[in-house]
Amino acid sequence: MTPPHSTAVDDCLIEARQLCVSFRGRNVLDHIDMQVQRGEIVTLIGLNGAGKSTLVRALLGLITPASGSVVRRPGLRIGYSPQHLHLDATLPLTVAGFLNLGARTSQARLHALLAEVGVEDVLESQIAGISGGEFHRVLLARALLRKPDLLVLDEPLAGVDVAGQSELYRLIADIRDRYACGVLMVSHDLHVVMAATDRVICINHHVCCTGHPESVTQSPEFVALFGRHVAEGLAVYTHRHDHQHDVAGAPVPLEEEPLEEENG
Amino acid sequence: MDDFFLRALAGGIGVAVAAGPVGCFIVWRRMVYFGAALAHSALLGVALGFLLGIDLTVGIVALCVLLAVLFVLLERQHLLPTDTLLGVLAHVTLAAGLVVVAFLTTLRVDLMGYLFGDILAVTDRDLVIIVGLALITLAGMALLWRSLLSITVNEELAAVEGVPVTGVRLGFVLMVAGVVAIGMKIVGMLLILSLIIIPAATARRLASTPERMAVLAVVFGVLSVVIGLYASLHWDLPSGPLIVVTAALFFGLTQLWPKAGPATHAPAGVTES
Repeated sequence: MTPPHSTAVDDCLIEARQLCVSFRGRNVLDHIDMQVQRGEIVTLIGLNGAGKSTLVRALLGLITPASGSVVRRPGLRIGYSPQHLHLDATLPLTVAGFLNLGARTSQARLHALLAEVGVEDVLESQIAGISGGEFHRVLLARALLRKPDLLVLDEPLAGVDVAGQSELYRLIADIRDRYACGVLMVSHDLHVVMAATDRVICINHHVCCTGHPESVTQSPEFVALFGRHVAEGLAVYTHRHDHQHDVAGAPVPLEEEPLEEENG
Repeated sequence: MDDFFLRALAGGIGVAVAAGPVGCFIVWRRMVYFGAALAHSALLGVALGFLLGIDLTVGIVALCVLLAVLFVLLERQHLLPTDTLLGVLAHVTLAAGLVVVAFLTTLRVDLMGYLFGDILAVTDRDLVIIVGLALITLAGMALLWRSLLSITVNEELAAVEGVPVTGVRLGFVLMVAGVVAIGMKIVGMLLILSLIIIPAATARRLASTPERMAVLAVVFGVLSVVIGLYASLHWDLPSGPLIVVTAALFFGLTQLWPKAGPATHAPAGVTES
């Protein structure tokens, strides 16, 4: 299975090497190795509390790793869209004012940028008054304002309905082509992810499995993590898996009967 | 017109001008209790100034700044919830202040003056400190405005975009300390927070951008000081409380005003379903 953008294999934007992060003595990230290439959409998946957002924050330099390192291409420009952005209602802020905080730019460019993400009408609106879907696009616009080499989007689909989700994914893929940037996304919506991603990294404190969406959904680790029903819904068939996870997420040898191979 | 009244007017306006933008950020960042905690340390600051043999107002400023830095350092440890930490700081400094002041028998303190302010007793030296600190605060706010707004919207996004978050936060708490310390002279430790937040809260109703809200907060603050002072002169009533009552009247009046700007947006081109 060849990813569509395999030509850019040597253009690594950001890389985690043996990255470990711990909170109060608990290992949240355990020797993570991963990288994002230019022109590639990489999605981090995993259960709640698996360390997806922690990995993103470590890559962004917002938290200090316990060991290991994050290597960025020199001069790397990152556009970031956080998972939660709560705006206090006492702060009067227009969309234009919000975007201007990211980078000072002309009104014309802001307008063009909003048109690019499909919400050109909201430029002068109060940010508290726009809908959730519009807000995600405005966040995307702010990330794009910096002409990023790497877009980092933490749960860009939270609170967006299914129709809006695939539209937003198409938009992200368009942006990747237009800006020739790499995209690192966090998502727990597996269905949409699988359709619109070049590479999936499945995190459960360690890198559980990684690869093209189709091959990942067939991998035993994925099945062990998400369960057979989810995997069968996404993939053509499933393999046996060789380990499972304890409550803390550490891989342990398989105890139960191996899964049968199934054709679906 | 008497000198003391002009000094009072100038001092009050100085505080109101600095309190406008600082007050907006205190409201946006929900730091009202932080300001109140600093105000509680006034008496300890007076004692500190007396012990060091420096100007008592400078003593208050110094202690507020010290506490602000201490607070930022303690908060980083995440040992206690912020409001608990502030509660400890506020009341320990108030109690310690009362004890130390009682202990220093040679220091005679007009307790009511510190509780409710004594704007008519503003000296030339006070005025220099007030106007000087007000100007420094305004300059600092202008310098940090964008960064401060950015971290108020989202600290992580600001950090990724290159804003030195800790430095900006520290700069801001120092400016809060400055405004609280000089405002103490005008309306006292019990009322200073109202002079900082009521004009900002009043301005919210009429503003559609952060900058306009800050300018309007300055306008309402200055009007409250001027009207309150003249009213106090006219009816021979206490100045500090009258200034706050005037600010509250403005607040009440603007609540009748229709909401500013396009607060709600009807999506025209994009539908969500």
